[in-house]
Amino acid sequence: MSQDKKNQVSRRQFLNYTLTGVGGFMAAGMLAPMVRFAIDPVLQPKAQGDYVSTGKSVDELTSEPQRVDFTIRQVDAWYESDVSKVAWVYKQEDGSILALSPTCTHLGCFVGWNDNENYPNMFYCPCHDGLYEKSGKNVPGTPPTAPLAAFEHDVKDGILYLGKAIPREEA
Amino acid sequence: MIRKIYDWIDERVDITPIWRDIADHEVPEHVNPAHHFSAFVYCFGGLTFFVTVIQILSGMFLTMYYVPDIENAWNSVFYLQQEVAHGQIVRGMHHWGASVVIVMLFLHTLRVFFQGAYKKPRELNWVVGVLIFFVMLGLGLTGYLLPWDNKAYFATQVTIDIAESVPYIGDYLKTLLAGDPEIVGAQTLTRFFAIHVFFLPAALFGLLAAHFIMIRRQGISGPL
Repeated sequence: MSQDKKNQVSRRQFLNYTLTGVGGFMAAGMLAPMVRFAIDPVLQPKAQGDYVSTGKSVDELTSEPQRVDFTIRQVDAWYESDVSKVAWVYKQEDGSILALSPTCTHLGCFVGWNDNENYPNMFYCPCHDGLYEKSGKNVPGTPPTAPLAAFEHDVKDGILYLGKAIPREEA
Repeated sequence: MIRKIYDWIDERVDITPIWRDIADHEVPEHVNPAHHFSAFVYCFGGLTFFVTVIQILSGMFLTMYYVPDIENAWNSVFYLQQEVAHGQIVRGMHHWGASVVIVMLFLHTLRVFFQGAYKKPRELNWVVGVLIFFVMLGLGLTGYLLPWDNKAYFATQVTIDIAESVPYIGDYLKTLLAGDPEIVGAQTLTRFFAIHVFFLPAALFGLLAAHFIMIRRQGISGPL
């Protein structure tokens, strides 16, 4: 074995590198499927919001928010179920429809329209006195930090269809 | 009889030194409540471990009846608590122990902090201790969901909202925890169960081993 050559890899070093390499490869081979398995939900494509019929005729809508109940088919992994949803729907001044989610943006309680005599014509959350204007905009100084989410909507044959609730940033 | 069994094993695998290293050592006077009653503050670390052992044992037995499934989780907890002999006691131990372990951990941390026992050369053990504290909080958090009652469900809803509020990675973190971008449901429960029963205990065992090896190596800190 010649000692004078530079960059000589000793037998010990060579074996160390090889063992580390093989060991690393084996560890990666073991861990890769497990990690991919664990993060699978994050890598699933975002579910496209299908529009669901509410059975509510658009002609019945007024400028006063109405409670509209509808049902969506929810797929939770190996469970499929029908989930009831609620929207507060009304016609805005320009005639367009606004369908607000009743979920308080503070901690997720159910927000009611005009159901507290101290706060007429407002959305009121009974959990922590959260308030929203008719447009869904949160009233500053009350717990919510964002306006009520608005459902995507569509009208087919005069019937209101609702999609996903889209969160809205504070204007 | 037991002596004979011990000797038989000791003759072959020499276990006496192992026993000596683990348990056979003097308790220093300033740590012994028999000498100074105020030394009871040194008990909190051991009490934390004692309660942890209770948690591990009661948890092992709870999984004999519990199922992490959204349709049966609550029913299985109800059954094991109402119908199974001593079910209320075993679940009670796990339920109350979860709170007691946090209290003991906190008292132990206070003692180490106010006595300055974390100072050189024991900084690394403080760091490991803080990691143990985080793992314990994680165990409390994930265990809270498992009964699948209203309180558990909505507490987890809040937990997931908090995870979502993390800048940049919040959305991914939420999905990773809940198993679904929108639903707290079947996959959330199985995930929390796996984390509560396998992942975090594994991390806890490793950290506890490091914590105890270090305290034996470095010895307990001297009197004030």
